[in-house]
Amino acid sequence: MKHIVKIMTLLVGISALWFGLLKTSMVPSSHTLLLPIYFIMCLGCYGLLMVGVGLMRFPTCPQEALLLQQDVIEAKGYLKQRGVDVGSE
Amino acid sequence: MAERNKYSIIIPTYNERLNIALVVFLVFKHLRDVDFEIIVVDDGSPDGTQEVVKQLQQVYGEDRILLRARPKKLGLGTAYSHGLKHASGNFVVIMDADLSHHPKYLPSFIKKQLETGASIVTGTRYVKGGGVHGWNLMRKLTSRGANVLAQTLLWPGVSDLTGSFRLYRKSVLEDIISSCVSKGYVFQMEMIVRASRKGYHIEEVPITFVDRVYGSSKLGGSEIVEYLKGLAYLLVTT
Repeated sequence: MKHIVKIMTLLVGISALWFGLLKTSMVPSSHTLLLPIYFIMCLGCYGLLMVGVGLMRFPTCPQEALLLQQDVIEAKGYLKQRGVDVGSE
Repeated sequence: MAERNKYSIIIPTYNERLNIALVVFLVFKHLRDVDFEIIVVDDGSPDGTQEVVKQLQQVYGEDRILLRARPKKLGLGTAYSHGLKHASGNFVVIMDADLSHHPKYLPSFIKKQLETGASIVTGTRYVKGGGVHGWNLMRKLTSRGANVLAQTLLWPGVSDLTGSFRLYRKSVLEDIISSCVSKGYVFQMEMIVRASRKGYHIEEVPITFVDRVYGSSKLGGSEIVEYLKGLAYLLVTT
């Protein structure tokens, strides 16, 4: 099944639930009508939270730059000896 | 007795005269007891990249380094297809030529594949053990934002969608590449999402990504629009 179909099915299911709640009026309709707004707000907040947390925990590797520099020096030395042109661009 | 594996490493290049030599050296340094070949797909670089590749062939052998050039820039997807046609290995590695993908991770890709029998092993920068260097806050923010959006919309099953440091079983790569039509890094996303949808076994290994040491970066501002269009396309068609 295509992914979009899965998502649409999910949305239709949630909408049906929402309509059901409106019709049966178990919960006061003034609250029920606002549920989609709450849902979208929660989704937005969750997204922002994920971005924020991810940003804080973003793995960095400053030592890799140093190791890379060493690798470059080693590579240049080896290749220059064997006739490969490694002069600066 | 396990059949011996051969790894074809496809490296598309454009104006990577210095970097390609460094990358080749590092590949040979880190893949000691491995049967592999490097396929350089150069799109007619004006800076003499192909001359350097020919010099490298003299050092390492023309059977280990294949130069399969093209007349001009024809896109990443077709570069992979082109390289694939000349690949004699049963596994294919794709990686960048600019040293942001360090060959020292190649053994960990191979090991992971042998351990798990996966069809695809993809490098991820976003897990513990991986990481980036040389990204300012803005870049990290857009990267993280893009990733969260893609995860929410696509449920891809991998943590790093736009990464292009990957090991594929050759038959799997051939299968996926034939069904992908996007360009640029959206192409990378499409490949991994389609693979996920088709049910291929995908594993991840942490990699570190040091941003462009030599050469100019090809990332710009209109990329955001392209990215959103790409996401929408993937949402609807995969």
